[in-house]
Amino acid sequence: MQALLDNLDRLWSGFLTTLGMSVAAAVIATILGTILAAFRVSPLPPLRALGATYVQLVRNTPLTAVFFIVIFGLPAVDVTFQNFFIAAIVALSVYTAAFVCEVVRSGINSVSTGQAEAARAIGLTFGQSLRDVVLPQAFRSVVPPLGNLWIALVKNSAIAGGGFAVADIAQLAPSLARDNPAQVLAIFGGIALAYMVITVPSGIAVGVIERRTAILR
Amino acid sequence: MAAIKLDGLTKVYPGGVRAVDDLTLTIPDGEFFALLGPSGCGKTTLLRTIAGLEEATSGSVRIGDRDVTHLPPGKRELAMVFQDYALFPHMTVVDNISYPLKIKGLAKDDRLGRAVKAGDELSLDGLMQRRPAELSGGQQQRVALARAIATHPQVFLFDEPLSNLDARLRLEARTFLKRLQRDLGVTTVFVTHDQAEALAMADRMAVMDAGRIRQVGTAREVFQRPASTFVANFIGSTPMNLLSGVVRGQAVNVSGQIVQLPGDARQHVTDGQDVVVGVRPEYLSLSQSAADGALRGVVAIVENLGTASLVTLESDGFTVAATVADGEEPAIGTDAWALPIPGRTLVYRREDGELVDAPVVAAVA
Repeated sequence: MQALLDNLDRLWSGFLTTLGMSVAAAVIATILGTILAAFRVSPLPPLRALGATYVQLVRNTPLTAVFFIVIFGLPAVDVTFQNFFIAAIVALSVYTAAFVCEVVRSGINSVSTGQAEAARAIGLTFGQSLRDVVLPQAFRSVVPPLGNLWIALVKNSAIAGGGFAVADIAQLAPSLARDNPAQVLAIFGGIALAYMVITVPSGIAVGVIERRTAILR
Repeated sequence: MAAIKLDGLTKVYPGGVRAVDDLTLTIPDGEFFALLGPSGCGKTTLLRTIAGLEEATSGSVRIGDRDVTHLPPGKRELAMVFQDYALFPHMTVVDNISYPLKIKGLAKDDRLGRAVKAGDELSLDGLMQRRPAELSGGQQQRVALARAIATHPQVFLFDEPLSNLDARLRLEARTFLKRLQRDLGVTTVFVTHDQAEALAMADRMAVMDAGRIRQVGTAREVFQRPASTFVANFIGSTPMNLLSGVVRGQAVNVSGQIVQLPGDARQHVTDGQDVVVGVRPEYLSLSQSAADGALRGVVAIVENLGTASLVTLESDGFTVAATVADGEEPAIGTDAWALPIPGRTLVYRREDGELVDAPVVAAVA
């Protein structure tokens, strides 16, 4: 425990890195995942196929492998990132977007078809109907599963520090443990607690958001 | 304001179901028109094809002087009210009403002005900031109507407009809708499976079966003179008596009893022809003494209809029902005679179920 207290500054900076990386990836994954979900329900078959292929490819690849592809694979085709932090955000976004897509799609499917028809009857295009009528209802019904994805994303981000030299919370653990072998259990316990500082309040916030945005149908 | 002209309209679903089959129909400007028929007859598909929610397989839809067959719903200048109203649950009432106007590109002040006016017309003032889920069924329906009215369409399309209301409210809404349509004078087509609703509200109606129109007419025409046994069966809150018989001279022999042929029917039948005699229970007068040309039977069932009773007589080979005023019900098990009121008896060909004076159409293979 003493080892952690002695390194509070490093823990704090790791915490901020984890939080920043997760928030950035969550924003990008939500946008990308929603676009993919729109593809998957689009009237155009090529877009539907594109969305489905993305989901199948990415969802069935281990996250570590996605990291490897982004950090070591892409440079082979001249796609490089400024640093590991950016690369980690890309890997996490790409991976999480596949899950966001499926969650949002299930939300879209929960909106009655009559809503989309009423929108068409009024003269909305597919895009307008999705934006103004279907998605606002879809998102409200998928707040809890999106919350789950966010919590999973925060914890998944540990791969960035554990394996790929991003100075996040997870990276701190092995180096502290190496220097203070007697305190290894306390160190890892403390590291786990640091993640919970993000995830537990997140879970509570999700519940609040769910109640606030709920609409009766 | 505009008339609706359908010409050879056909809708075939993938798989070959002909939901609307070569249908030609003109609904004049300002008319309140009902599409009536049993489930699966194609009435809703027809409405949706007029709306543009379904693409016509062939034929054309014209609204006013425009051919709208290939236009998307939003460009047809019509407003549809859905069976479940399809209000947007995440928007307030005022947003629900004004949102279509936003899509049509109206300025914000105009939108709000029109929404408030439509809301006032439908007594929604005071509810404008609520969400649909906070409204009763009747209020939700009025929001759906206000949303339709505010766009100033050429045509209203109502899909089963009363089916989501409870029985009491349905009667009020019936009167209300009829008055609203008359005040606005907008050509209106509504779908219903409830013949009483169609009879009560519509200026004219089309009775549909298997994607085709079986009869078009006013409520009176369709009720008093159904063109076929199908329509006769479908229209009327008490089913029409349809008695199989054989023409014998100036009468029809129904299982040994005699019903006089109406004068205008005689020239269309031949002696020995198989026919079906149709007469509504309301057009039979019941007596407990023998009467010439009446059908005799034993009183089997008496059903109370409120102001009248439906009396079912059983005889050898057929049953016949007649209505009597309350208080004049015969006792169960006694003999009674049902005499058709002159001019109210209809005669159908047994082979195709059409009126005997209808032209014979070769059966479609």
